[in-house]
Amino acid sequence: MHIRHILAALRHHRIAALLITLEIAFSCAVICNALFVISTRLERMHRPTGADETHLVEVRVGHVARRSAEATLAQTHTDLAALRRISGVSHVTLVNQTLFGSSISFSSVSLSSDSNAPSTAVTQYMADVNLIDTLGLKVVAGRGFRPDDQVTDASLNDKNPPQMPVIISQALAKHLFPGQSAVGKTLYAFGPNRIVGVVKRLVQPRDFGAPGEYEYAMVFPVDTPYPQGTYLLRVRDPAQRQQVIKQALSVLKKDGPLRLVSPKYARTTEAARAKYYSADRAMAWLLAGVCVLLLGVTALGIVGLTSFWVTQRRHQIGIRRAIGATRRDILTYFQTENFLIASAGIVLGMALAYGINLLLMQRYELPRLPFYYFPVGALVLWVLGQLSVLGAALRATHVPPVVATRAA
Amino acid sequence: MFKYYLQLAVHSLKRYPVLTGLMVLAIAVGIGASMTTLTVMHLLSGNPMPGKSGKLFYAQVDADTDNSYPHKDPLDMLDYRSAMDLWSAHKADRQTLIIDSSVKVVAPDSQLPPLMRTMLSTTSDFFPMFDVPFQYGQAWTAEQGQRHARVAVISAALNRKLFGGANSVGRTLRIRGADVRIVGVLAQWRPSPVFYKVVGGRFGAATNGRFYGDTEDVMMPVGTGIDLNDGHFEPFTCWDLPEHAGHLTHAGCAWVGLWVQLDSPAKVTAYHEFLTHYAQQQKQLGRFTHTDVRLRDLMQWLTFNQVVPPDVKLQTSLAFAFLLICLFNTVGLLLAKFLRRSGEIGLRRALGATRASVFAQCLVEAGLVGVLGGIGGWVLTLVGLWAVRQQPVAYANLAHMDLSMFALTFLLSVLVAVLAGALPAARASRTAPALHLKTL
Repeated sequence: MHIRHILAALRHHRIAALLITLEIAFSCAVICNALFVISTRLERMHRPTGADETHLVEVRVGHVARRSAEATLAQTHTDLAALRRISGVSHVTLVNQTLFGSSISFSSVSLSSDSNAPSTAVTQYMADVNLIDTLGLKVVAGRGFRPDDQVTDASLNDKNPPQMPVIISQALAKHLFPGQSAVGKTLYAFGPNRIVGVVKRLVQPRDFGAPGEYEYAMVFPVDTPYPQGTYLLRVRDPAQRQQVIKQALSVLKKDGPLRLVSPKYARTTEAARAKYYSADRAMAWLLAGVCVLLLGVTALGIVGLTSFWVTQRRHQIGIRRAIGATRRDILTYFQTENFLIASAGIVLGMALAYGINLLLMQRYELPRLPFYYFPVGALVLWVLGQLSVLGAALRATHVPPVVATRAA
Repeated sequence: MFKYYLQLAVHSLKRYPVLTGLMVLAIAVGIGASMTTLTVMHLLSGNPMPGKSGKLFYAQVDADTDNSYPHKDPLDMLDYRSAMDLWSAHKADRQTLIIDSSVKVVAPDSQLPPLMRTMLSTTSDFFPMFDVPFQYGQAWTAEQGQRHARVAVISAALNRKLFGGANSVGRTLRIRGADVRIVGVLAQWRPSPVFYKVVGGRFGAATNGRFYGDTEDVMMPVGTGIDLNDGHFEPFTCWDLPEHAGHLTHAGCAWVGLWVQLDSPAKVTAYHEFLTHYAQQQKQLGRFTHTDVRLRDLMQWLTFNQVVPPDVKLQTSLAFAFLLICLFNTVGLLLAKFLRRSGEIGLRRALGATRASVFAQCLVEAGLVGVLGGIGGWVLTLVGLWAVRQQPVAYANLAHMDLSMFALTFLLSVLVAVLAGALPAARASRTAPALHLKTL
């Protein structure tokens, strides 16, 4: 190849070559990092909750007039029974917080009754014993709740609150009891709570605290009155979810005192997930858009400069053609030249990408850029460079040798 | 001379429409991206109380007795007792309490179903302290606050919804079953962010866009608010659970914010001492275990709470990286353009034009590209802001371009183009006259 000649020729266009190199380097750096941010967002958006989300719908009911605690709890039981009778519904429960909901409830959990013992903030789901089945959680050790495990919400405020069992997520079990079985052990949240079961996965309703703590969760069997919770229904067939929401609303409206029953407070868990991650989705689209624009602008720059070079070198090309260079030689010349410039830009871009990543790690708690992003970024820019130069290079091949005979 | 250069520039740009189009497009796209994110940044990092923010302070003491975590900073809010102690001491020029909760609101003389609305329980100082504008009526008096009078101030939005925007002073609202008389209706008021209720920002920075939402629809004296809505208050955090959920006045819970207005630096120092003294006294009484206090002014409090979401900062840096790439691109294209015209420039030089005048001519041409790019960038910024308004964020409907941002668009655009033109213009002005005359 004529790499030596190409380099010698480039020396006459130092500034222009440098500009393209810098442009490619910056594009490469920005695109590597943007793609990486997109992938971390996508990964986040697809985190499983452990629940069978496609079969779930939720309905929240607000109370208006104040009634006695007993009456409210009795109304809750009536509602649950009525909701269970809707066709297509397999399980129903009332839970204090829903997945992707706006509220999140915590207790600090420790392994001793001493209030100064080290503790972890763990989110708590309080629901009647049907929650595990309604969410479709997988019990991997111990058992689920039994009807006699249940305590009432009001009794938690007693001087001597009843001792209730707890079911925890596997991640929390591993954190509290590394290398041991958690079943049968005791944790301290609402007094001492005996762990009766471990579920494979259950997460916080929304991100809170350190990233690793997202998978820490516990479930208490508490019979909660409806104003403090949300009705959660499991349907047999996901296609029936909207139908079930409509029926649930009409059942709740028909029955009971004046309450706030509105389609605004009813949704599928899938819709809740989509809403929760909408900012991440918007950011991913935005970054994707920026990447495309960046590639476009970089291509424009290469097209502009190479077409200028071709015009400027018409005469030299003519001479080369006249002394025996084939059209193919001319094409390869411009392609090789572009390849060399792109390579320089990519090498510089890699260093820059790494630097930007370090900055992002510091400022936005982003993980380290995985190694495979570098070759992918390089490949994208090489291909882009070759495509952008193609038009001008093909035009160069059509310069007739006779140009050489005209005045320089 | 400038007019002549401008004519030359227009002529030259028209001669190579594709190359001109590419340059204008590159600048427009870069400016559009940068100005969109910059407008959002400008919107989010602005001062919600210009001219007064240096006199408004957020007071913190640490009543949390839980020792299982390191107390690097006092809690973001106060417990009821500390808040009332500090407020009723009246040691500042003005002081006000902030308690946020939600209520169900019914207007007895309208047919509307019950509405879920946010309620602010505060004190009469709130309105003059934060320059809250009134459309009808006025705030309640301190005396009415003292005796828990059943009075309320409502937002312009709620007044529109319930009373069609008419003067509703003197009419009745039913809140949690109790009748409350409306004494004031606010004019349109939307501080950005809603600074007085900013708390806990450092715990979930990704969702800090929430601070740019709406202000409360119902405002009532603290005493009245607690009387009516007790049992429905949400704590910021609790170290000693309340006996009954939602009844927080006697619980070990942080749920009250305290803002004070201090008009001179001496008063700030004095108030800080007052807080420290209070914390030490409470420790002696055995109620506190920590004596750390904070008195941050408004802007410090907003910075501490990271009110600008990190995603927005990331987008802004990205946009400027983009603009930089567009700049390189324009430099390259201008270089190509000016060098292509070497013959013409050589002729001008041979006829007596100085280097400086060739340089100036090239810069005028670059500036013209900048103006054209600015127009394109302005259109793209409008499109970008429209896209921001479609996003599911609380500040979405605030994303509009103001006059200063409009001016900045063109300023930035011309600056970028002239900057991009400097190097190619310098190169072009060095064109040797004789060499190029030969090739004409």
